[in-house]
Amino acid sequence: MTQPAGPIDAEQSRDIRKRWLLSLPALLIILVAASGPLLIVLLYSFLTPGPYGDVAWRFSLEGWIGVVLEKDIFDDTLSLADAHVSIFLRSAGLSLMTTVLTLLVGFPTAYFIATRPERSRELWLFLITIPFWTNLLIRTFAILEIIRNEGLINTLLIDLGLIGRPMQMLFTDGAILVGMVYVYLPLMVLPLYASMEKLDFRLVEAGYDLYATPFRVLRRIIIPLVKPGIVAGSILVFIPALGAYVTPSILGGGKNLMLGNLIELQFGQGRNWPLGSALSITLMLIVMVALLFYVRNAGSQGARHG
Amino acid sequence: MAKAFSVQRQRGFTAIAIGCFFALYLPIIVLVFYAFNAGESLSSFDGFSLRWFARAFENQQVIDASLRSLQIAAVAATVATIAATMAALATTRTEPYRGLTLKYAFINQPLMIPEIVTAVALLIFFARIKIWTGYSGLGYLIAAHTAFCIPFAYLPIRARLENMDLTLEKAAADLYATPWKAFRYVTLPLLWPGILAGFMLAFVISLDDVVITQFVKSAGQDTLPTYMLGQIRRTITPEMNAISTVFLLLSIGVVTVFFFVNRKRV
Amino acid sequence: MKCMTATMALTAALLASTGLARAEGELNIYNWGNYTSPEMIKKFEDEYKVKVTITDYDSNDTALAKVRQGGSGFDMVVPSQNYIPIWISEGLFLETNPSQMENFKNVAKEWVDPEFDRGRKYTVPWAMGTVGTVVNTDVYKGDINTWAIIFDTPDELKGKVNVVPEMNDVMDAAVLYNGGTKCTGDLTILKKVRDTLIKAKPDWVAMEYGTVEKMGSGDFSASSDWNGSAFRQRLKNPAIKYGYPKEGFVGWSDNLAVLKDAKNVENAKLFQNFMMDPENAGMNSGFHRYANGIAGSDEFMPADMKGAPEIDIPAEFAGNAVPSMTCPPEVQELYTKIWTELQK
Repeated sequence: MTQPAGPIDAEQSRDIRKRWLLSLPALLIILVAASGPLLIVLLYSFLTPGPYGDVAWRFSLEGWIGVVLEKDIFDDTLSLADAHVSIFLRSAGLSLMTTVLTLLVGFPTAYFIATRPERSRELWLFLITIPFWTNLLIRTFAILEIIRNEGLINTLLIDLGLIGRPMQMLFTDGAILVGMVYVYLPLMVLPLYASMEKLDFRLVEAGYDLYATPFRVLRRIIIPLVKPGIVAGSILVFIPALGAYVTPSILGGGKNLMLGNLIELQFGQGRNWPLGSALSITLMLIVMVALLFYVRNAGSQGARHG
Repeated sequence: MAKAFSVQRQRGFTAIAIGCFFALYLPIIVLVFYAFNAGESLSSFDGFSLRWFARAFENQQVIDASLRSLQIAAVAATVATIAATMAALATTRTEPYRGLTLKYAFINQPLMIPEIVTAVALLIFFARIKIWTGYSGLGYLIAAHTAFCIPFAYLPIRARLENMDLTLEKAAADLYATPWKAFRYVTLPLLWPGILAGFMLAFVISLDDVVITQFVKSAGQDTLPTYMLGQIRRTITPEMNAISTVFLLLSIGVVTVFFFVNRKRV
Repeated sequence: MKCMTATMALTAALLASTGLARAEGELNIYNWGNYTSPEMIKKFEDEYKVKVTITDYDSNDTALAKVRQGGSGFDMVVPSQNYIPIWISEGLFLETNPSQMENFKNVAKEWVDPEFDRGRKYTVPWAMGTVGTVVNTDVYKGDINTWAIIFDTPDELKGKVNVVPEMNDVMDAAVLYNGGTKCTGDLTILKKVRDTLIKAKPDWVAMEYGTVEKMGSGDFSASSDWNGSAFRQRLKNPAIKYGYPKEGFVGWSDNLAVLKDAKNVENAKLFQNFMMDPENAGMNSGFHRYANGIAGSDEFMPADMKGAPEIDIPAEFAGNAVPSMTCPPEVQELYTKIWTELQK
């Protein structure tokens, strides 16, 4: 919301008006089918839970208090809701690791696609998305089939005589990570590709002319140029991963709640819609602040060269 | 054969990319393999059979759900991509103006809350409209899907735009091209890879959505994921693998057509 | 771009066509996924010239939330018995008086006047079963008719036990195991329940639904489970047995009701009556693999279901069954807190 210095001339204000008009359809759709209804959630967070789900129309702060404080059911003492904190940290940690890993795998892959001959690039791009025409659950079950005790990898390793007994891969944190990276990979690769596709290799050449090593070229020239893609990809992976619970519970065994489960529980068998609403708004605020901070920082370096 | 030095080469990148494609398709091969299982298990193969394909094709509920999924994804991804392209043009390559950051946060807002919350909110909101208007068609699902597809289409397009400068468009304007012509013949072709990436993301995201659909759908509006979810507490059979295989074939068909059409164009 | 416009036009046309397909003689059923026999539906459609549409839900809470908000266009729903008093008290059901219907004479006598729907004013039986244990008896030879399999896991089963993550089922089992009564709010019992759960959890390998697959493949050697699922597992591997815990096990049922805002009330009533016919109920059981509460339907079930110990509770255990029921909200809140703590 920074204002440009100096008086705004007529052309500029016309430009701004045109820009508002252009963004209107997107803003309207989101207002009607995503943001608007959120006001309901905000309202619900200040009400009393209904006896069997839903809400009773009585003002209450219980929902919000429940986000951070917990009344021990046995001795009535108030304490920090450490269950909520530890569940949040678990989800955030998993999200962060997923983002980093998809970036590490997705960057070379997007680079590979972007450096193919122009005519085959779109084909490679399709190849990334084809697996995602199948259903998420079925895909996750297929991964499970590969890493099970009697699954593909273990059978192969035992047949080759490399290991004596099956390795326990299923129901480990590693399994969750593998699954998450699999599920979220296209969300990283596609934005990266979109910003790499037009990479100006004359700049890279100039780098080599100055005797830079390939790694230095990567770090000093390529990465800064594709930064918008990295920012977009990271957002698209990190935020949805924060609410993910299907993949973690199938591959990780589901012994621990993820943030997504915790919120779903409140709207389901927990029958505490105000707490669920308050938890969601808390999550949204945290993400929004982090996002704006991230975009401002990354954007101020990346967006200027245009 | 000795390879010439290429400025594009980064050590190990090709290996990672090939490994990545391999890892991406390994589960898909397993999935297709079990679609031909004679038994009803996803983990022990009891011989080759086409019975799950036959069963899926006889199951009207599955066929309807599949068509509905494709229908919703096609419309939602198209609308979302168009809206997102316009929004991206409006929010990049400009000096900061009042409301820009807010706009940005707003467009990405559907990403920022867990699906279950949007789902419950939409349930309450749309139920009122359903009762009020008496309309309970697919429009609600399409609107909901379009909304959460917008950020997925917007971010790649925006990333692409940020890498483009305004020189060419300015040149076109200097040559008396109308704004529309400048857009159609200069901006759009340059932006196309971003739009394509955004559209494909939006499409698969819509195709996979389950939580929001579950809460918004009216009678007779199951999509493939909600049909699938209904079975998770019961037994999941290779029927779903068979349908997924058909979807894969379909996607390969789309790609092939696209590829040939494109070849002719170039 | 052209291609996109074409897709849009095409879908718009498709949309319009699906919207108009509202012929006479319809019935919209909202039911659990994979729970309705397609052959039976076909029979109903042919007999009464009615087009039936099935839409799935995955939990009682989703179904309740959706129908309560209104406008979703369903005629019938199949909630579990512990939710039925909620549906009734919120006025969501239409009083169709199934007890006056022609086929009501076929309802098995223990289901004629259930506590959750006195006098059967609203519902007819759809399916019923129990929650118990499944154990691979090749791995563990001891007594399987006890919740100790889950809560005091024998050494042979440690690290091989799964728990199906249905909060109410797990909490009920733990309460019964600690000598409490179902839906107890007694804090001394609940304290023991919490300690039992937290102590038991390290011995579990997972908390998930996929028991049929993983008991079959050996990833699990024991689990808490529904009887229908246990039945399928034994068909695959005869060593897998279903246990009826002596501390008490919950018996549940799902029942078919007509919604107050149903548009096709007459068809819905016809369907309620249709479901109480032994042949139709038996056909449906052959599909969903649970008992159905209609006397004489055994005859129409697949041979493998007749006398199966998972489907018909053996007489020696029948006394330990505890009917599933709605817990008061304040008890439910305590359960949710313990459940969250267990999985934090």
